[in-house]
Amino acid sequence: MNLTLRVWRQPHPTAKGKMVTYKVSDVSPDMSFLEMLDVLNEQLILSGDDPVAFDHDCREGICGSCGLMINGYAHGPEQTTTCQLHMRSFKDGDEIDIEPWRSGGFPLIKDLVVDRSAFDRIIASGGFISAPTGTAPEAHATPVPKKDSDAAFDAATCIGCGACVAACPNGSAMLFTAAKVSHLGLLPQGQPERDARVIKMVAQQDAEDFGGCSNIGECSAVCPKGISMETISRLNHDLLGALRANAVPAS
Amino acid sequence: MAISGILMVLFLVAHAIGNLHVFQGAESFNEYSEWLREFGEPALPHRTLLTLIEIGLLVSVVAHMWSAFSLWRQAKRARPVAYVTKKRVQQSYASRTLRWGGVIILLFIIWHLLDMTFGAVNPDGTDSTPYDRLVASFENPFITAFYVLALVLLGMHLRHGIFSAAQTLGQTNKRRERLLNITATTFATGLIALYLVTPVAVALDFVN
Repeated sequence: MNLTLRVWRQPHPTAKGKMVTYKVSDVSPDMSFLEMLDVLNEQLILSGDDPVAFDHDCREGICGSCGLMINGYAHGPEQTTTCQLHMRSFKDGDEIDIEPWRSGGFPLIKDLVVDRSAFDRIIASGGFISAPTGTAPEAHATPVPKKDSDAAFDAATCIGCGACVAACPNGSAMLFTAAKVSHLGLLPQGQPERDARVIKMVAQQDAEDFGGCSNIGECSAVCPKGISMETISRLNHDLLGALRANAVPAS
Repeated sequence: MAISGILMVLFLVAHAIGNLHVFQGAESFNEYSEWLREFGEPALPHRTLLTLIEIGLLVSVVAHMWSAFSLWRQAKRARPVAYVTKKRVQQSYASRTLRWGGVIILLFIIWHLLDMTFGAVNPDGTDSTPYDRLVASFENPFITAFYVLALVLLGMHLRHGIFSAAQTLGQTNKRRERLLNITATTFATGLIALYLVTPVAVALDFVN
Protein backbone atom coordinates (compact mmCIF):
# COMPACT_ATOMS: atom_id res chain seq x y z
CA MET A 1 0.00 0.00 0.00
CA ASN A 2 1.07 3.55 -0.69
CA LEU A 3 -0.25 6.22 1.62
CA THR A 4 -0.17 9.98 1.99
CA LEU A 5 0.08 11.06 5.62
CA ARG A 6 -0.59 14.52 6.94
CA VAL A 7 1.01 14.65 10.38
CA TRP A 8 0.90 17.38 13.00
CA ARG A 9 4.48 18.59 13.54
CA GLN A 10 5.28 20.90 16.43
CA PRO A 11 8.87 20.94 17.77
CA HIS A 12 8.01 22.17 21.26
CA PRO A 13 4.97 23.32 23.28
CA THR A 14 5.20 27.01 22.46
CA ALA A 15 6.14 26.62 18.78
CA LYS A 16 3.50 27.03 16.11
CA GLY A 17 2.57 23.62 14.75
CA LYS A 18 1.36 22.63 11.30
CA MET A 19 0.28 19.62 9.29
CA VAL A 20 3.15 18.22 7.19
CA THR A 21 2.58 15.84 4.28
CA TYR A 22 4.65 12.64 3.96
CA LYS A 23 4.47 9.73 1.52
CA VAL A 24 4.98 6.19 2.75
CA SER A 25 5.18 3.30 0.32
CA ASP A 26 5.16 -0.48 0.58
CA VAL A 27 3.00 -0.54 3.68
CA SER A 28 1.78 -4.04 4.49
CA PRO A 29 -1.90 -4.38 5.43
CA ASP A 30 -0.74 -6.56 8.34
CA MET A 31 1.23 -3.74 9.93
CA SER A 32 -0.23 -2.00 12.93
CA PHE A 33 -0.73 1.73 12.65
CA LEU A 34 2.26 2.32 14.91
CA GLU A 35 4.47 0.05 12.78
CA MET A 36 3.47 2.14 9.78
CA LEU A 37 4.63 5.23 11.74
CA ASP A 38 7.88 3.39 12.56
CA VAL A 39 8.41 2.93 8.82
CA LEU A 40 7.80 6.64 8.30
CA ASN A 41 10.28 7.50 11.06
CA GLU A 42 12.96 5.23 9.54
CA GLN A 43 12.52 7.13 6.28
CA LEU A 44 12.78 10.45 8.11
CA ILE A 45 15.90 9.41 10.03
CA LEU A 46 17.60 8.14 6.85
CA SER A 47 16.92 11.43 5.13
CA GLY A 48 18.24 13.36 8.13
CA ASP A 49 14.88 14.68 9.29
CA ASP A 50 13.53 14.75 12.82
CA PRO A 51 11.37 11.63 13.39
CA VAL A 52 7.73 12.12 14.38
CA ALA A 53 7.33 11.88 18.16
CA PHE A 54 4.41 9.69 19.26
CA ASP A 55 3.59 7.89 22.51
CA HIS A 56 3.57 4.09 22.65
CA ASP A 57 4.50 1.40 25.10
CA CYS A 58 2.94 -2.07 25.29
CA ARG A 59 1.55 -2.20 21.74
CA GLU A 60 -0.92 -4.77 23.06
CA GLY A 61 -3.88 -2.47 23.65
CA ILE A 62 -3.66 -2.44 27.44
CA CYS A 63 -1.33 0.38 28.52
CA GLY A 64 -3.23 3.34 27.10
CA SER A 65 -0.09 5.17 25.94
CA CYS A 66 -0.77 5.40 22.24
CA GLY A 67 -3.51 7.79 21.37
CA LEU A 68 -3.85 9.54 18.04
CA MET A 69 -6.60 11.35 16.24
CA ILE A 70 -6.65 9.50 12.92
CA ASN A 71 -8.75 11.03 10.15
CA GLY A 72 -10.90 12.71 12.76
CA TYR A 73 -11.51 9.57 14.82
CA ALA A 74 -9.91 8.95 18.20
CA HIS A 75 -7.76 5.80 17.72
CA GLY A 76 -8.89 5.67 14.09
CA PRO A 77 -11.86 4.06 12.38
CA GLU A 78 -12.01 0.91 14.56
CA GLN A 79 -13.09 0.98 18.20
CA THR A 80 -9.71 -0.08 19.56
CA THR A 81 -6.36 1.43 20.54
CA THR A 82 -4.08 2.91 17.89
CA CYS A 83 -1.57 0.05 18.33
CA GLN A 84 -4.30 -2.52 17.68
CA LEU A 85 -5.48 -0.70 14.58
CA HIS A 86 -4.11 -2.39 11.47
CA MET A 87 -3.40 -0.97 8.07
CA ARG A 88 -5.97 -3.32 6.53
CA SER A 89 -8.52 -0.79 7.80
CA PHE A 90 -7.18 1.57 5.11
CA LYS A 91 -7.00 1.40 1.33
CA ASP A 92 -4.10 1.88 -1.03
CA GLY A 93 -3.78 5.57 -1.90
CA ASP A 94 -5.59 6.79 1.23
CA GLU A 95 -4.80 10.17 2.71
CA ILE A 96 -4.58 9.96 6.49
CA ASP A 97 -4.65 12.95 8.86
CA ILE A 98 -2.82 12.27 12.13
CA GLU A 99 -3.21 14.71 15.01
CA PRO A 100 -2.53 14.67 18.74
CA TRP A 101 -5.32 14.67 21.35
CA ARG A 102 -6.60 18.22 21.58
CA SER A 103 -7.45 19.24 25.11
CA GLY A 104 -6.66 22.07 27.48
CA GLY A 105 -6.08 19.34 30.07
CA PHE A 106 -3.52 17.58 27.85
CA PRO A 107 -0.83 20.14 26.99
CA LEU A 108 1.17 19.22 23.92
CA ILE A 109 4.81 18.23 24.43
CA LYS A 110 5.98 17.51 20.90
CA ASP A 111 4.38 16.50 17.59
CA LEU A 112 1.79 13.88 18.57
CA VAL A 113 2.78 13.54 22.24
CA VAL A 114 0.63 15.15 24.89
CA ASP A 115 1.05 15.29 28.66
CA ARG A 116 -1.73 13.26 30.27
CA SER A 117 -0.62 13.88 33.87
CA ALA A 118 -4.01 15.49 34.53
CA PHE A 119 -5.43 11.94 34.60
CA ASP A 120 -2.82 10.92 37.19
CA ARG A 121 -3.78 13.89 39.35
CA ILE A 122 -7.46 12.90 39.15
CA ILE A 123 -6.56 9.34 40.25
CA ALA A 124 -4.27 10.63 43.00
CA SER A 125 -7.09 12.77 44.39
CA GLY A 126 -9.23 9.75 45.26
CA GLY A 127 -8.95 6.80 42.90
CA PHE A 128 -7.70 4.37 45.54
CA ILE A 129 -8.75 2.54 48.68
CA SER A 130 -6.98 2.87 51.99
CA ALA A 131 -6.36 -0.68 53.18
CA PRO A 132 -3.75 -2.17 55.44
CA THR A 133 -1.19 -4.08 53.43
CA GLY A 134 -0.13 -7.62 54.10
CA THR A 135 -0.93 -10.97 52.60
CA ALA A 136 -3.93 -11.08 50.31
CA PRO A 137 -7.12 -11.63 52.32
CA GLU A 138 -9.19 -14.77 51.79
CA ALA A 139 -11.28 -13.97 48.71
CA HIS A 140 -14.46 -15.51 50.11
CA ALA A 141 -14.30 -13.33 53.21
CA THR A 142 -15.84 -10.41 51.32
CA PRO A 143 -18.70 -11.57 49.10
CA VAL A 144 -19.41 -9.36 46.08
CA PRO A 145 -22.65 -9.77 44.10
CA LYS A 146 -21.95 -11.00 40.56
CA LYS A 147 -23.81 -8.04 39.05
CA ASP A 148 -21.65 -5.55 40.97
CA SER A 149 -18.39 -7.30 40.24
CA ASP A 150 -19.23 -7.41 36.52
CA ALA A 151 -20.10 -3.71 36.44
CA ALA A 152 -17.01 -2.82 38.50
CA PHE A 153 -14.86 -4.85 36.14
CA ASP A 154 -16.37 -3.17 33.07
CA ALA A 155 -15.45 0.23 34.54
CA ALA A 156 -12.03 -0.99 35.68
CA THR A 157 -11.03 -1.87 32.13
CA CYS A 158 -10.38 1.85 31.53
CA ILE A 159 -6.76 2.22 30.45
CA GLY A 160 -6.73 6.01 30.75
CA CYS A 161 -5.81 6.55 27.10
CA GLY A 162 -7.72 9.84 26.92
CA ALA A 163 -9.74 9.06 23.78
CA CYS A 164 -12.91 10.11 25.65
CA VAL A 165 -11.50 13.60 26.21
CA ALA A 166 -10.13 13.78 22.67
CA ALA A 167 -13.44 12.84 21.04
CA CYS A 168 -15.75 14.83 23.31
CA PRO A 169 -17.10 17.98 21.62
CA ASN A 170 -16.90 19.59 25.08
CA GLY A 171 -13.43 18.20 25.84
CA SER A 172 -14.83 16.60 28.99
CA ALA A 173 -13.04 13.91 31.00
CA MET A 174 -16.27 12.65 32.51
CA LEU A 175 -16.11 9.08 31.18
CA PHE A 176 -12.60 8.59 32.56
CA THR A 177 -13.41 10.02 35.99
CA ALA A 178 -16.69 8.12 36.07
CA ALA A 179 -14.94 4.83 35.30
CA LYS A 180 -12.37 5.42 38.04
CA VAL A 181 -14.98 6.53 40.57
CA SER A 182 -17.46 3.78 39.92
CA HIS A 183 -15.22 0.72 39.73
CA LEU A 184 -14.25 1.31 43.36
CA GLY A 185 -17.66 2.61 44.38
CA LEU A 186 -19.29 -0.67 43.34
CA LEU A 187 -17.10 -2.87 45.52
CA PRO A 188 -17.28 -3.37 49.30
CA GLN A 189 -13.65 -2.32 49.69
CA GLY A 190 -14.45 1.05 48.14
CA GLN A 191 -17.33 1.93 50.45
CA PRO A 192 -15.59 3.77 53.36
CA GLU A 193 -14.23 6.45 51.05
CA ARG A 194 -17.04 6.40 48.49
CA ASP A 195 -18.54 9.83 49.19
CA ALA A 196 -15.24 11.62 49.68
CA ARG A 197 -13.79 9.92 46.59
CA VAL A 198 -16.41 11.17 44.16
CA ILE A 199 -16.28 14.71 45.54
CA LYS A 200 -12.49 14.91 45.42
CA MET A 201 -12.12 13.34 41.99
CA VAL A 202 -14.78 15.55 40.42
CA ALA A 203 -13.20 18.61 42.06
CA GLN A 204 -9.79 17.66 40.64
CA GLN A 205 -11.31 17.04 37.20
CA ASP A 206 -12.88 20.51 37.30
CA ALA A 207 -9.56 22.04 38.36
CA GLU A 208 -7.92 20.68 35.19
CA ASP A 209 -8.81 22.30 31.88
CA PHE A 210 -11.47 19.79 30.90
CA GLY A 211 -14.95 20.67 29.71
CA GLY A 212 -18.32 19.75 31.19
CA CYS A 213 -20.36 16.72 30.19
CA SER A 214 -23.53 17.20 28.15
CA ASN A 215 -24.15 13.47 27.60
CA ILE A 216 -23.51 13.45 23.87
CA GLY A 217 -21.94 9.99 23.95
CA GLU A 218 -18.91 10.41 21.65
CA CYS A 219 -16.64 9.27 24.51
CA SER A 220 -18.24 5.89 24.93
CA ALA A 221 -18.44 5.36 21.16
CA VAL A 222 -14.66 5.72 20.73
CA CYS A 223 -13.59 4.12 24.02
CA PRO A 224 -11.29 1.20 23.13
CA LYS A 225 -12.65 -0.63 26.17
CA GLY A 226 -16.27 0.19 25.39
CA ILE A 227 -16.97 1.81 28.76
CA SER A 228 -20.62 2.72 28.70
CA MET A 229 -22.48 5.93 29.43
CA GLU A 230 -24.03 4.28 32.48
CA THR A 231 -20.78 4.87 34.38
CA ILE A 232 -21.38 8.63 34.00
CA SER A 233 -24.86 8.22 35.37
CA ARG A 234 -23.39 6.22 38.25
CA LEU A 235 -20.88 8.98 39.01
CA ASN A 236 -23.66 11.57 39.04
CA HIS A 237 -25.73 9.34 41.31
CA ASP A 238 -22.81 8.99 43.74
CA LEU A 239 -22.05 12.71 43.57
CA LEU A 240 -25.64 13.72 44.35
CA GLY A 241 -25.69 11.21 47.20
CA ALA A 242 -22.41 12.52 48.60
CA LEU A 243 -23.53 16.14 48.35
CA ARG A 244 -26.86 15.31 50.00
CA ALA A 245 -25.05 13.50 52.81
CA ASN A 246 -22.92 16.64 53.23
CA ALA A 247 -19.82 14.55 52.86
CA VAL A 248 -16.68 16.51 53.56
CA PRO A 249 -13.61 15.11 51.86
CA ALA A 250 -11.23 13.88 54.53
CA SER A 251 -7.71 15.12 54.05
CA MET B 1 -29.45 22.22 33.88
CA ALA B 2 -31.49 19.11 34.67
CA ILE B 3 -33.65 20.57 37.45
CA SER B 4 -34.45 23.82 35.63
CA GLY B 5 -35.11 21.79 32.47
CA ILE B 6 -37.56 19.51 34.26
CA LEU B 7 -39.45 22.51 35.70
CA MET B 8 -39.78 23.99 32.22
CA VAL B 9 -40.95 20.67 30.78
CA LEU B 10 -43.68 20.52 33.44
CA PHE B 11 -44.79 23.98 32.35
CA LEU B 12 -44.72 22.91 28.70
CA VAL B 13 -47.07 20.01 29.47
CA ALA B 14 -49.53 22.29 31.27
CA HIS B 15 -49.28 24.86 28.46
CA ALA B 16 -49.95 22.22 25.78
CA ILE B 17 -53.03 20.97 27.60
CA GLY B 18 -54.26 24.53 28.18
CA ASN B 19 -53.96 25.26 24.47
CA LEU B 20 -56.51 22.56 23.70
CA HIS B 21 -59.24 24.90 24.99
CA VAL B 22 -59.04 26.45 21.55
CA PHE B 23 -61.10 23.53 20.21
CA GLN B 24 -63.93 24.38 22.60
CA GLY B 25 -64.34 27.74 20.91
CA ALA B 26 -63.35 31.34 21.47
CA GLU B 27 -65.33 31.77 24.68
CA SER B 28 -63.82 28.78 26.44
CA PHE B 29 -60.29 29.75 25.39
CA ASN B 30 -60.65 33.34 26.60
CA GLU B 31 -62.32 32.17 29.81
CA TYR B 32 -59.41 29.82 30.46
CA SER B 33 -57.07 32.75 30.01
CA GLU B 34 -59.16 34.78 32.47
CA TRP B 35 -59.32 31.86 34.90
CA LEU B 36 -55.53 31.70 35.03
CA ARG B 37 -55.55 35.32 36.15
CA GLU B 38 -58.48 35.03 38.54
CA PHE B 39 -57.39 31.75 40.14
CA GLY B 40 -58.07 31.77 43.89
CA GLU B 41 -59.81 35.14 43.93
CA PRO B 42 -60.90 36.71 46.21
CA ALA B 43 -58.82 34.72 48.74
CA LEU B 44 -55.70 35.42 46.67
CA PRO B 45 -54.89 38.68 44.91
CA HIS B 46 -55.36 39.00 41.14
CA ARG B 47 -52.80 37.05 39.04
CA THR B 48 -51.33 35.16 42.03
CA LEU B 49 -51.02 31.79 40.27
CA LEU B 50 -49.80 33.30 37.02
CA THR B 51 -47.21 35.48 38.76
CA LEU B 52 -45.89 32.50 40.71
CA ILE B 53 -45.58 30.47 37.50
CA GLU B 54 -43.88 33.40 35.79
CA ILE B 55 -41.34 33.80 38.59
CA GLY B 56 -40.64 30.04 38.59
CA LEU B 57 -40.16 30.05 34.84
CA LEU B 58 -37.96 33.12 34.86
CA VAL B 59 -35.71 31.58 37.52
CA SER B 60 -35.58 28.31 35.54
CA VAL B 61 -34.77 30.04 32.28
CA VAL B 62 -32.01 32.11 33.87
CA ALA B 63 -30.55 29.08 35.68
CA HIS B 64 -30.73 27.00 32.47
CA MET B 65 -29.02 29.73 30.44
CA TRP B 66 -26.38 30.32 33.08
CA SER B 67 -25.55 26.59 33.18
CA ALA B 68 -25.47 26.40 29.39
CA PHE B 69 -23.24 29.45 29.20
CA SER B 70 -20.75 28.11 31.75
CA LEU B 71 -20.67 24.73 29.97
CA TRP B 72 -19.99 26.51 26.70
CA ARG B 73 -17.20 28.58 28.27
CA GLN B 74 -15.67 25.47 29.86
CA ALA B 75 -15.85 23.64 26.53
CA LYS B 76 -14.07 26.50 24.76
CA ARG B 77 -11.28 26.50 27.33
CA ALA B 78 -11.05 22.71 27.14
CA ARG B 79 -10.13 22.72 23.44
CA PRO B 80 -7.82 25.68 22.79
CA VAL B 81 -6.53 24.24 19.48
CA ALA B 82 -9.17 22.86 17.13
CA TYR B 83 -8.73 19.63 15.17
CA VAL B 84 -7.91 19.90 11.48
CA THR B 85 -10.10 16.86 10.86
CA LYS B 86 -12.75 15.74 13.33
CA LYS B 87 -15.57 13.35 12.53
CA ARG B 88 -18.72 12.42 14.40
CA VAL B 89 -19.26 8.89 15.61
CA GLN B 90 -22.21 8.84 17.90
CA GLN B 91 -23.71 12.28 18.44
CA SER B 92 -27.22 12.90 17.27
CA TYR B 93 -28.43 16.00 15.48
CA ALA B 94 -30.40 16.80 18.62
CA SER B 95 -27.39 16.69 20.94
CA ARG B 96 -25.20 18.62 18.52
CA THR B 97 -27.70 21.45 18.07
CA LEU B 98 -28.55 21.68 21.77
CA ARG B 99 -26.60 24.86 22.42
CA TRP B 100 -27.57 26.91 19.35
CA GLY B 101 -31.01 25.32 19.35
CA GLY B 102 -31.41 26.72 22.85
CA VAL B 103 -30.54 30.21 21.65
CA ILE B 104 -33.08 29.93 18.84
CA ILE B 105 -35.71 28.67 21.27
CA LEU B 106 -35.01 31.69 23.51
CA LEU B 107 -35.53 34.05 20.57
CA PHE B 108 -38.71 32.16 19.74
CA ILE B 109 -39.99 32.54 23.32
CA ILE B 110 -39.40 36.30 23.17
CA TRP B 111 -41.30 36.50 19.87
CA HIS B 112 -44.02 34.25 21.26
CA LEU B 113 -44.54 36.50 24.29
CA LEU B 114 -44.60 39.65 22.15
CA ASP B 115 -47.06 37.91 19.81
CA MET B 116 -49.54 36.08 22.04
CA THR B 117 -49.16 37.66 25.48
CA PHE B 118 -48.53 41.33 24.75
CA GLY B 119 -49.83 41.45 21.19
CA ALA B 120 -47.04 43.86 20.22
CA VAL B 121 -46.13 41.98 17.05
CA ASN B 122 -49.55 40.39 16.54
CA PRO B 123 -51.50 41.16 13.34
CA ASP B 124 -54.51 41.93 15.55
CA GLY B 125 -52.55 44.30 17.78
CA THR B 126 -52.58 44.72 21.53
CA ASP B 127 -56.27 45.45 21.86
CA SER B 128 -57.63 41.99 21.20
CA THR B 129 -58.66 38.78 22.99
CA PRO B 130 -56.18 35.89 23.35
CA TYR B 131 -58.26 33.82 20.92
CA ASP B 132 -58.22 36.54 18.27
CA ARG B 133 -54.48 36.90 18.58
CA LEU B 134 -53.99 33.15 18.17
CA VAL B 135 -56.15 32.93 15.05
CA ALA B 136 -54.66 36.10 13.56
CA SER B 137 -51.11 34.82 13.99
CA PHE B 138 -51.71 31.38 12.56
CA GLU B 139 -53.61 32.71 9.56
CA ASN B 140 -50.31 34.20 8.46
CA PRO B 141 -48.32 31.40 6.77
CA PHE B 142 -44.93 32.95 7.65
CA ILE B 143 -45.69 33.18 11.36
CA THR B 144 -47.08 29.64 11.30
CA ALA B 145 -43.97 28.34 9.54
CA PHE B 146 -41.78 30.05 12.15
CA TYR B 147 -43.78 28.45 14.96
CA VAL B 148 -43.56 25.00 13.40
CA LEU B 149 -39.81 25.33 12.90
CA ALA B 150 -39.23 26.53 16.46
CA LEU B 151 -41.41 23.74 17.87
CA VAL B 152 -39.54 21.05 15.92
CA LEU B 153 -36.29 22.47 17.33
CA LEU B 154 -37.82 22.44 20.78
CA GLY B 155 -38.77 18.80 20.25
CA MET B 156 -35.17 17.88 19.47
CA HIS B 157 -33.98 19.94 22.44
CA LEU B 158 -36.33 17.91 24.64
CA ARG B 159 -35.31 14.63 23.03
CA HIS B 160 -31.71 15.03 24.12
CA GLY B 161 -32.57 17.06 27.20
CA ILE B 162 -34.70 14.33 28.77
CA PHE B 163 -31.99 11.70 28.27
CA SER B 164 -29.33 14.10 29.50
CA ALA B 165 -31.32 15.10 32.59
CA ALA B 166 -31.75 11.44 33.54
CA GLN B 167 -27.99 10.96 33.16
CA THR B 168 -27.17 14.06 35.19
CA LEU B 169 -29.46 12.96 37.99
CA GLY B 170 -27.83 9.53 37.93
CA GLN B 171 -30.94 7.62 36.98
CA THR B 172 -29.78 5.68 33.92
CA ASN B 173 -28.11 2.34 33.49
CA LYS B 174 -27.52 0.01 30.57
CA ARG B 175 -30.84 -1.72 31.05
CA ARG B 176 -32.85 1.50 31.29
CA GLU B 177 -30.98 3.30 28.54
CA ARG B 178 -33.03 1.85 25.67
CA LEU B 179 -36.33 2.44 27.42
CA LEU B 180 -35.25 5.95 28.36
CA ASN B 181 -34.34 6.78 24.78
CA ILE B 182 -37.68 5.48 23.51
CA THR B 183 -39.51 7.43 26.23
CA ALA B 184 -37.62 10.64 25.46
CA THR B 185 -38.36 10.37 21.73
CA THR B 186 -42.02 9.48 22.29
CA PHE B 187 -42.54 12.21 24.86
CA ALA B 188 -40.86 14.90 22.75
CA THR B 189 -42.73 13.88 19.59
CA GLY B 190 -46.05 13.62 21.45
CA LEU B 191 -45.72 16.97 23.17
CA ILE B 192 -44.72 18.79 20.01
CA ALA B 193 -47.59 17.13 18.12
CA LEU B 194 -49.96 18.38 20.82
CA TYR B 195 -48.65 21.90 20.26
CA LEU B 196 -48.78 21.64 16.50
CA VAL B 197 -52.46 20.68 16.28
CA THR B 198 -53.43 24.30 17.01
CA PRO B 199 -51.61 26.02 14.12
CA VAL B 200 -52.57 23.13 11.81
CA ALA B 201 -56.23 23.47 12.83
CA VAL B 202 -56.13 27.20 12.10
CA ALA B 203 -54.36 26.64 8.79
CA LEU B 204 -56.98 24.06 7.75
CA ASP B 205 -59.73 26.44 8.92
CA PHE B 206 -61.08 24.11 11.65
CA VAL B 207 -60.52 26.99 14.04
CA ASN B 208 -61.29 30.48 12.87
